[in-house]
This record gives sequence, structure tokens and C-alpha cells, in this order.
Amino acid sequence: MADDVTSQVGHKGEDDRKFTINFGPQHPAAHGVLRLVLDLDGEIVERVDPHIGLLHRGTEKLMESRTYLQNIPYFDRLDYVAPMNQEHAFCLAIEKLLGLDVPKRAQYIRVIFSEIGRILSHLLNVTTQAMDVGALTPPLWGFEEREKLMVFYERACGARLHANYFRPGGVHQDLPPELIEDIIAWCKYFPKPLADIETLVTENRIFKQRNVDIGVVSKEQAFDWGFTGVLIRGSNVAWDLRKSQPYECYAELEFDIVLGKNGDCWDRYLCRIEEMKQSVKIMLQCLDKLKQTPGEVLSRDHKVTPPRRAEMKNSMEALIHHFKLYTEGFKTPEGEVYAAVEAPKGEFGVYLVSDGTNKPYRCKIRAPGFPHLQAMDWLNRGHLLADVSAILGSLDIVFGEIDR
Amino acid sequence: MSNEKLQTLAERAQAEFKEAILETKFAFGELTLTVSRERIVEILSKLKQEPYRFHQLIDLCGADYPKRAERFDVVYHLLSLNHNVRLRVKVTTDEIVPVPSVRSVYPNADWYEREAFDMYGMLFSGHPDLRRLLTDYGFSGYPLRKDFPMTGHVEVRYDEEQKRVVYEPVKLTQEYRKFDFLSPWEGASYVLPGDDKAKP
Repeated sequence: MADDVTSQVGHKGEDDRKFTINFGPQHPAAHGVLRLVLDLDGEIVERVDPHIGLLHRGTEKLMESRTYLQNIPYFDRLDYVAPMNQEHAFCLAIEKLLGLDVPKRAQYIRVIFSEIGRILSHLLNVTTQAMDVGALTPPLWGFEEREKLMVFYERACGARLHANYFRPGGVHQDLPPELIEDIIAWCKYFPKPLADIETLVTENRIFKQRNVDIGVVSKEQAFDWGFTGVLIRGSNVAWDLRKSQPYECYAELEFDIVLGKNGDCWDRYLCRIEEMKQSVKIMLQCLDKLKQTPGEVLSRDHKVTPPRRAEMKNSMEALIHHFKLYTEGFKTPEGEVYAAVEAPKGEFGVYLVSDGTNKPYRCKIRAPGFPHLQAMDWLNRGHLLADVSAILGSLDIVFGEIDR
Repeated sequence: MSNEKLQTLAERAQAEFKEAILETKFAFGELTLTVSRERIVEILSKLKQEPYRFHQLIDLCGADYPKRAERFDVVYHLLSLNHNVRLRVKVTTDEIVPVPSVRSVYPNADWYEREAFDMYGMLFSGHPDLRRLLTDYGFSGYPLRKDFPMTGHVEVRYDEEQKRVVYEPVKLTQEYRKFDFLSPWEGASYVLPGDDKAKP
């Protein structure tokens, strides 16, 4: 790779204004391992060629030789700032294949943790977007809140990051009652630090100068380039899978779709801030309903979900189920499904092809960041070199999901 | 997504594209159209217009079925925001015959086609820049093909003497343990000689 770099950098022809530089793969504003080959005319960007795949781990290939249950942890490692949202899409795809129902209580827990994931991701993004244009304090403040949320993750499933908590048919374990109270307390407290971050960033002169009217995406461009999530809502298109194709219990929850007006970097930032407020609203509703809905958190279909430990002590059938489930795993009917969730970054989809065995025959992960990053070329043309990092920051790129 | 919506969509497409649609399949509340490879660009550009309005290409990916005569599928996932409908369109191909690129219809097909080429080695005619996308610089082989081993062919390590990263053939201290857990009692079909009641 090193030889490649040296051959690319250097003067092109006689004109010393035109040159090609490497942005990354080790650049703090590249949000991971992204290598951008930038063709510049002075300070004006003429062409961007993103080189991705430096974090390619062959997730899709690995998944083909592991059972469905063994595959769930791979989804944590895609978009690692909002792990449970990905697991959610995979579980929904399996449930669609199996025709499995999820108990109400599990649905609320899933939604709570999906929204926590959304806040985790947006907090990281808006604050590092501020860092990309020069502010250092917002990330420090944002990370404090993220840490608290990750403690909630830990208390629910035992791990701060790679949760492996969602299961086909529900979630792995019920939440302890104290945790529910603590999440409620956090939801009531969170608007304050969020407002603090906003006072630092939103109307900040430098932040606005660097973001307003930068990287404008029109409606047509958003359609053509397959944008989803904040990227399409920032361009004033009211499209949110939670509203338009409600999955889980989103249909019974009250929240608003946040829309931007101009489709520039600043609007996308504002959308994310507002979406965090909506997420808190959703979480409070779910937590309230969760307290009123006791019961199972995992489907009772023991061909798919494990039996309770106590049951195994005196039921032969439960013991067989347990043994079969953790050796062979469950089988899904032959067919193909596509299930999508509104992940923090956009539509996260799983295209699952099953051949009737205990392993997926093909699993394509549709990462929202992939088409977004693809747009770097035309988004940056005509902008200054310094705007590249501002635009990149507003696209909300995480390499775990793009490279897969 | 209601089934009536998909039903009318399928009928309309059938009436418009006729013999270009090779198969129409409803399963799990989703509609899959298998269409003729030569006409994919025409079909997708019509699907993008009125009355279908599939404005977005959500996903494009390959799939490998080595037992078939044309082993690869190219799968297009379309989304209509106006009608709130999803549609899956498929074409088949093999290692040699290229699929017409749909980049002119959906610009974001660019990277998706590059990825499919990278992973499966299927070709897209008319694609302006069909380079590898996700794999390493200088990578050879097509990793998502079913005949490509999961462990790969090469591994990398930093060589202290040469002071650089070197590529070597994969050496596994232990073979990847791929257990065959599929139950012989449920899956196997034992054909008894002379059993005329046996299902074909």
C-alpha cells in the first residue's frame, strides 16, 4: 500500500496548482479508516475517490458458515456506535422467515434500546462533527452522556458495546426494575446536558460558518443516490421507517419526524439534535408501558428460543430443546426476506436467503452509510479542502458497517 | 405493505413487460420479479417513472447458486416512497455474460455494482469504473463465491526483518471446525426400492 501512496502524491503535469493528495487512512477526521484520494485545484476539490474496505472483515462470508444464533454478535460489530439497532434488523428478518411473534414486553425493551442506540450514535456524531470543524469541548460533554447510556447497555446485557442482547423472538433477559427507574431518571435529566451542548454548538459563529450551505443535498439527489435517514430528512423529505413502515410497536408510540429545510450540513446537525429529543420522548412512553406490561420477554416457541433453566431440570423435552438449540441451532424455512429498520444512520436492511438449513445461505447487509459515502464525490466538488471534513462529519460515517 | 398493493403492482408489471418477466413470486409478504437480463435497464427505468415511482435503489447485491446453469443472481431492491412499497427484481447471469449496468438509471448502483463485481466476479457492461471496492489492493479471487474457502487463501503479518507487512498462504494450526449438525433423522430422505407411494 505504501508504494501506492507515493506514486499518487505529486505534481500532475506542468500546472503546479493541480495536485492529488491522500486524506487518510489515518486521519482523525476520517472517522475511521477511510482513504480519500483528493484531486485539488489549489484549495478547490475537483474529484474525490474514496477507497474503502480497509476494515473489511468478510462478515457476510463468515455468516454463511455459522448458525443464526452465532451470527447475532456480528451485527454489533457493524455500526459499533449503535449495536442493538443492527441486531434488531437481523432478528426481524429471522422472525419474518419463521413467522415468529414477539411478546409485547420484549417489543418495548427492544424499542427502548434501539432509541438508546440512536442517541448514542447521534451524540457521537453531532459532537465529533463539531470537533471536525475545530471545537474540542462538545465531544467531551457528549461522551459523558454516552458513557451513562453504555452503562445501561451493560446492566441489561453485560457488555458496554457488543451487546448480543436481541434474540429472534424477543430479548435475552428481562431488565431489572432498578434499571427501568434509572433509565427514566436519565431521560428526565438528559434534556439539560443536551441543551448545554446546543448552547456550545448550534448558534456558534464558527460552527455555522463551516456548516451552513455546505454540502447541500437536493431532494432529487437524495432519491437518486439512495439516501435514507437523516440525509433524506435533512433534505425535507418526510420519510422515516418507524412511521411509514412501522415495525415492532412504533405504530402505537407518539413522536414526530424531524425535517430539515435546506439539506446542508447544519440542517443535518439540527435534525440529529431534534431526533435525540424525540428518542427521549419515545423511551419515556415505552418505559411507562413497560412498567404496566409484565410477562415474558422471549417467545415461548422453544424450537427457536431456549427453555428456562429451571424447566430443564425436570422436563425431558426442555432438555432436548436446549441441546438441539445450542448444537444444531434452529432451521428457517426456505425463502428470502428483506427486513429493514430505521437505524440512526438511515435504513439498515438485511436481505436473508435461507435454504432451509440452520445457517443463512446468503446474508446481504444493507448499510446506510454505504450510499452516503458514495456521494462524497459530487458532494465535495467545488468545495474547499477544509469543507471535506465538515461534509464527511455530517454524513455520519462508521466504517464497521460500510466495509462489513 | 398490503398484499393487494403488491398484487396490482405485479399485474401491472406483467401487462407492461410481458415476456421480459420470467417469474413472479409472492413470499413472506414480498414480491420478487425475475426478469430478463438484457432488458433490465429498460425495466428499471420504467419502474422509476410513473406509475410505479420506485425512486430509490435501496440495495443491489449478488448471490451465488453454483448448482444452477447460470450461477449468479443480481438482486435489486427498490423502494417507492410515494406508494410505500418495496420490490425485489432479480436477473441471473454467469461468470462470463455481463449484466447491463443500471448506473444510468440509479446513480448509486455505481458502488453496489463494484461491490458485486468484487465479491462475485460478475461483470456489468457499461459501468464506467468497474474496480474492486472492498477487498485489499492486489487481491485475487472472489470471496463470496461458494467455492471460495471461508478462511481465505492469504494471511498477512508484520515481518520484523523486512520491516514491512508480508503476505503468506494461510496456515491454520487447527482446521476450522465446521460441524455438520444437521439431523439425519429430519433431513434425510430414504428412498425404498419399489416404493410407488414415495413422493417424487
